[in-house]
Amino acid sequence: MFGKLSLAAIPESPITLTAVAGALLLGLVILGLITYYKKWTYLYQEWLTSLDHKKIGIMYIILALVMLLRGFSDAILMRGQQAIAVGGSLGYLTPDHFNQIFSAHGSIMIVFMAMPFLVGLMNITVPQQIGARDVAFPFLNSLSLWLTAAGALLVMVSLGLGEFSKAGWSGYAPLTETRYSPGVGPDYWIWAFQIAGIGSTLSGINFLVTIFKRRAPGMTLMRMPLFVWTTVCTMVLVVWAFPVLTATLAMLTLDRYLGMHLFTNTLGGNLMMYVNLFWTWGHPEVYIVILPAFGIFSEVAATFSGKRLFGYRSMVYATAAITVLSFSVWLHHFFTMGAGPNVNLFFGIATMMIAIPTGVKTFNWLFTMYRGRIRFASPMYWTLGFIVTFAIGGAAGVMLSIPPADYVLHNSLFLIAHFHSVLIAGSLFGFLAGYYYWFPKAVGFSLREDWGKRAFWCWLIGFYLAFIPLYVLGFMGMPRRLAHYDNPAWHPYLLVASLGTAVIGLGIVFMGIQLLFSIKERRSLSDPTGDPWDGRTLEWLTSSPPAVYNFPTIPIVEEIDAFMDMKEKGVAYRLPEQYNDIVLPKNAPHGMILGGLTFLFGFAMVWYIWWLAILASLGLLVTVIARSIDDDIHYLIPAAEVERIETERYRQLASVAPRGPAEEQTIPEPVPEM
Amino acid sequence: MKRKRYFPFVGFLALGAVTFLAGCSTIVLFDPKGPIGESERFVIIIAAVLMAIVVVPVFIMAFWFPRKYRASNTEATYMPKWSYSAKIDSFMWGVPIAIVTVLAILAWTRTHSLDPFKPIPSAAKPLTIEAVCLDWKWLFIYPDQNIAAVNQITFPVKVPLSFKITSDTVMGSFFIPQLGSQIYAMAGMQTRLHLLADKPGTYAGQNQQLTGRGYANMRFQAKAVSPEEFQAWVQKIRQSPEKLDLDRYEQLAKPSAGYYPVTYFSAVKSGLYEYILRKYDPNWREDPSPMSRGSLSTSRGTDVSKED
Repeated sequence: MFGKLSLAAIPESPITLTAVAGALLLGLVILGLITYYKKWTYLYQEWLTSLDHKKIGIMYIILALVMLLRGFSDAILMRGQQAIAVGGSLGYLTPDHFNQIFSAHGSIMIVFMAMPFLVGLMNITVPQQIGARDVAFPFLNSLSLWLTAAGALLVMVSLGLGEFSKAGWSGYAPLTETRYSPGVGPDYWIWAFQIAGIGSTLSGINFLVTIFKRRAPGMTLMRMPLFVWTTVCTMVLVVWAFPVLTATLAMLTLDRYLGMHLFTNTLGGNLMMYVNLFWTWGHPEVYIVILPAFGIFSEVAATFSGKRLFGYRSMVYATAAITVLSFSVWLHHFFTMGAGPNVNLFFGIATMMIAIPTGVKTFNWLFTMYRGRIRFASPMYWTLGFIVTFAIGGAAGVMLSIPPADYVLHNSLFLIAHFHSVLIAGSLFGFLAGYYYWFPKAVGFSLREDWGKRAFWCWLIGFYLAFIPLYVLGFMGMPRRLAHYDNPAWHPYLLVASLGTAVIGLGIVFMGIQLLFSIKERRSLSDPTGDPWDGRTLEWLTSSPPAVYNFPTIPIVEEIDAFMDMKEKGVAYRLPEQYNDIVLPKNAPHGMILGGLTFLFGFAMVWYIWWLAILASLGLLVTVIARSIDDDIHYLIPAAEVERIETERYRQLASVAPRGPAEEQTIPEPVPEM
Repeated sequence: MKRKRYFPFVGFLALGAVTFLAGCSTIVLFDPKGPIGESERFVIIIAAVLMAIVVVPVFIMAFWFPRKYRASNTEATYMPKWSYSAKIDSFMWGVPIAIVTVLAILAWTRTHSLDPFKPIPSAAKPLTIEAVCLDWKWLFIYPDQNIAAVNQITFPVKVPLSFKITSDTVMGSFFIPQLGSQIYAMAGMQTRLHLLADKPGTYAGQNQQLTGRGYANMRFQAKAVSPEEFQAWVQKIRQSPEKLDLDRYEQLAKPSAGYYPVTYFSAVKSGLYEYILRKYDPNWREDPSPMSRGSLSTSRGTDVSKED
């Protein structure tokens, strides 16, 4: 009846049980509070079934932050284990448990933290930056969200039922083949990745179509804000790379479920195929998570320097160059597989070449600040922290791109330190800069700066404490993923690293405090202008939070930094001659239902509960048909209603005497070029 | 606020100082004991110096620009529309391109000269060692001496070591950090590695690629000794009562718990190493050319008798 699922699937480790109990308790408290305050209807009507890109974006970011907490808990456990498991001590985690924890940490941070975070920020921002009312396919957007959430839920369920994969986030065959991993761990990993991956592919298509078809009149490609450009490049990568992951996982599924031999050791299977295919997706994937962060830093640097982005064209070409090159470097993840020197060199030199456009971008950000008027709001802190730390991580990456250097540094803690330098200080700092930057836009009030800056310093100092020792440990020959070790010389460095993790933990606590305090003081922190940072791009033209239709009339773009241009010309807040009816997509529960059914399908496949898998598939089919034959998918906001909302907005604007109209602004005369 | 930004760097410097005081002996990659490791250290240092050409100016600008152009400093030039300079633009493309060109030339020469498959030129006759990655220990077979050891290799200094490496389980990675280069061990395939120790000593060896539960136990000792001591070691092993026949091998290949103690075998069934390779690729045969990589070019397993 329940396939492989029985009571034996409940783990015995007290650490796991505590975590499961904690997660369940927290979930129950949240559900209880929703019931107590009778918010179920509100939640269902306003959020869960919403097709509004801004609300979908906020839900993506909530998912990302929850998964950040989970992934970070894994990091604490790993660092704690390595801080004590030296010599005769085996620490508090068995190797099986330790292997699950680092596999979950990597999988969660990449696919269920970074991906939802970046798609969430894009959802909130991109349609507004291009002057659109929504994404091209609002329902698909909701489906992507719920597929990602279904994948994340599968990973969470693996904590309490069965086990997660023990083969690392990259799930190398043949370790993930049935012979070496007979348990359900790799199946959880496969289905979580597969489901979330399909959601990501759909997001990719959605955003590409949105950007190519829904830009406001006058917004040519070369007038798009840089975050929109990086979104284009990211989504091109998503659309190219994720199908490879889908196919690779499907092949591994055939091996595990139908006894095929694509990646096995025997019968003609070949693990090298798996490793190549995985990184054909995996390498573009790391650019998928870094490029949007580059876009955010570009927006932040220009806004807070009160100046145009330096070398806009160079930035665009550099981003495009990274996009193309990122598909020709995957082999650098396994220089030590024994390929010939010329093969290794091709991929090594291609990798170094990526450093060129990346270096150009770094100089562009620096020269954006040059001759600016820099305001040190928290997004700017993250940007500066990023530039310095990313330079170290990038330099380490170039070292690793030289095959002979990689022969001794591969799979060492030096590699771990390198990719955390670029993924934490690059991607995560970028997403957090975006979180602080666009928070007032998304919800209507700012986050308290004092706690934000405290959190920043904890993150930055904690990062250096946690990862500089790892660079040294790499030179000391310490491999990654060790559940215990004998070499006493490594111990002090691992102690410092675990201290660093604790400091980062403090940073996360401060961010929580900041959020709570800011919600409490939301009235005094509110942003009545819609333009709290003296922004340059169109998302600051709308109110905070934006009306459901974003723009009452679609803006006309005449320049790069369209909104700044409007403010300078004094037309930013001009009343339109007339308002028109606006047609928007109706809420739909189908995305959530499809996500739920997909979760059930994945769960049933993990545990071989065939009847449930068939039932869930039928449910999916029925829901898709139901949605397809539903013709009543739009609703209309009458012009009078738009006028009412906008009149209210203008009254609010007048009451706080906003920065615009531009006649009142003093813009210094441009000095001739140097 | 300004002062605080230096904190991480103070920590970094302190850590660097501690590292330095602790001596280089524990920073094994900077204390290589053979020509391969020495060359690789050279590559790392040159790359670090070249990268500093970009990284140091970035550091300086990242501190100097925000300080000088802070909003409160109204004396500083403010040019809100200034967004392009051909001079700066060509400089910021040109410098990285120049550095990458130099790095690429370095990579070109060193990748060829440090190819793990390439034999080390030497007057001495190389010592062949066949290494097998098992769950979870390393088996080393000395085909010319017809002996084998688990989790230990001993070899004479200044004699090139010619490793033939495979796996009888998932993919592992064979690595002796102080001698240089690692290489993967893969079932049904053979990789090659050539190392040489200049100085006598006992060096740590390890698996560098996750192979499952006992991965952390896959440590071994690599002992570089004088030729006389090596002969004595071979003689000692030949006194061992244990012999490695097929039954004993299959028993050894089973997953083990904890660190597998060093074990010596006074005799090895002939062709055991080829037998291990042919378990996965029945058509496997050694290509006599020294640099052969044969991986995908050999027709792989058509024998359906062995189920996975």
